[in-house]
Amino acid sequence: MTMNAAITGVGMSDIGRKTGRPAMAHLLEAARRALDCAGLTKDDIDGICTYPGKADNSPGMSPLGTGEVRNALGLKTRWHSAVPDGPAQMAPIMVAAMAVATGQARHVLCFRALTESSSQTAAQRASIPGAGRARLGGWYSYLVPANAMSASNWAGWMAARYFHEFGMTREHLGMVATGQRAFARHNPSAVMQAPLAMEDYLGARMISSPLGLFDCDVPIDGACVIIVSAADAARDCARAPLTIEALGSALGSQETWDQRADLTTMGAHDACADLWSRTDMKPADVDVLALYDGFSIFVPYWLEAFGFCGHGEAKDFIAEGNIGPGGRFPVNTGGGQLSGGRLHGFGLLHEACIQLWGQGGGRQVEGAKTAVCGMGGGFIAGAMMLRRD
Amino acid sequence: MRPLPELTPENTAFWTGGAEGKLMIAFCKDCDQAIHPPQIVCPRCWRESVETRAVAGTGRVYSYTINHQPWAPGMQVPFALAVVDVDGAPGVRITAEVVGADPESVAIDQTMRVTFLNVDDVWFPQWEPAQ
Repeated sequence: MTMNAAITGVGMSDIGRKTGRPAMAHLLEAARRALDCAGLTKDDIDGICTYPGKADNSPGMSPLGTGEVRNALGLKTRWHSAVPDGPAQMAPIMVAAMAVATGQARHVLCFRALTESSSQTAAQRASIPGAGRARLGGWYSYLVPANAMSASNWAGWMAARYFHEFGMTREHLGMVATGQRAFARHNPSAVMQAPLAMEDYLGARMISSPLGLFDCDVPIDGACVIIVSAADAARDCARAPLTIEALGSALGSQETWDQRADLTTMGAHDACADLWSRTDMKPADVDVLALYDGFSIFVPYWLEAFGFCGHGEAKDFIAEGNIGPGGRFPVNTGGGQLSGGRLHGFGLLHEACIQLWGQGGGRQVEGAKTAVCGMGGGFIAGAMMLRRD
Repeated sequence: MRPLPELTPENTAFWTGGAEGKLMIAFCKDCDQAIHPPQIVCPRCWRESVETRAVAGTGRVYSYTINHQPWAPGMQVPFALAVVDVDGAPGVRITAEVVGADPESVAIDQTMRVTFLNVDDVWFPQWEPAQ
């Protein structure tokens, strides 16, 4: 059931570590590139949406809200929204698709901006929810005060259980990390481009077992813009519209990282099942995969969630060479967040779009016409299928 | 510096039960559903008759991780975090630091017993090997 919504342009700023550039400078650059990509001008943009909105939850996590961006770019909009509670970082793109499909806007600028690299110091780590506050509430108040401060801890115990049940080893996750690095070597905007060998991966320091340094994505400064357009408006854009074939947002378990009955699955499994209920397409129809890799372990979870292999089979699926360069189901062809930098899923979707437009250069997947994107880890997840007709 | 949870009517019993050495878990008085994190309503039957009960304070390790990265100034590493299925509270897991054991010795299915760390007005559950 195709949506009357399409992605018509994408843009990414010159991302990097400790760039020293204000978030708005990154955002402006990403917006300019996305408009150029779509063949649109500022005046064509009549909607704006972001995740999560301006938030100081953790340092540099979301320095810009829709209000500031509207002001800075002088946008006049018919529709705006920020979505802190939704199907992961994909939420703004999903609600933008619904907005254009229902006539609230024609071209929505969806953005994600982060300055986690510049904001991070030894005493102030990025991605520690509630950092600097005296008292915490919400789901993470049962984890952070218990010294389970980092998502690497939460993903670590998921991985430990998965390893225990299915015999996955660090080498399997090493294949994810080194495979994505091999892709990143062909992506000039990836922040990590030096070769990464399995022995480098295995020799790196442990962060939260069984996850080591190269199982963790890289905090960066940067911004990414995805333009979502109404199907009829998309036809006037510079490129072939990337039609949103289906979305999946279901969530069956609690908002926690430790209470889900089976932690060898996650929210992704609910969201992907939801997605497949809305399309006649199948995993075998997919050419390019953009799977959330805040931690390497999420990649096998997403592979299984989307049904590219069965539950517990991802280790063999990975070892058979399916997901790296030259594989049948290439994952995170721009290097992902592990090598490309953490743009909270937007960078992964950006890359999927580049592939569907055939502009992946040395990493291009031949004839790519269909992509899936999964964003989120743990209890949050959003899933999308895109196709170029 | 360890951040502290905000004490609310729903969670105070959980965070302060350790003062009397008790692990306090929320249950629905009507349908007996164990509820964690604690809340004022039963997610199964929607009744508001949630009460807290002391459970035995033992459980089994569902999973764990050994944290090696000092995420905050003064954090001593490494230490193990155990996600424990709590005996007598079906479906409830308590994630806490493991104390009184070599972090490398923690294993899935190991049995644990609760102990508490008092910081200000909060008693943090911690897990130590039952044997």
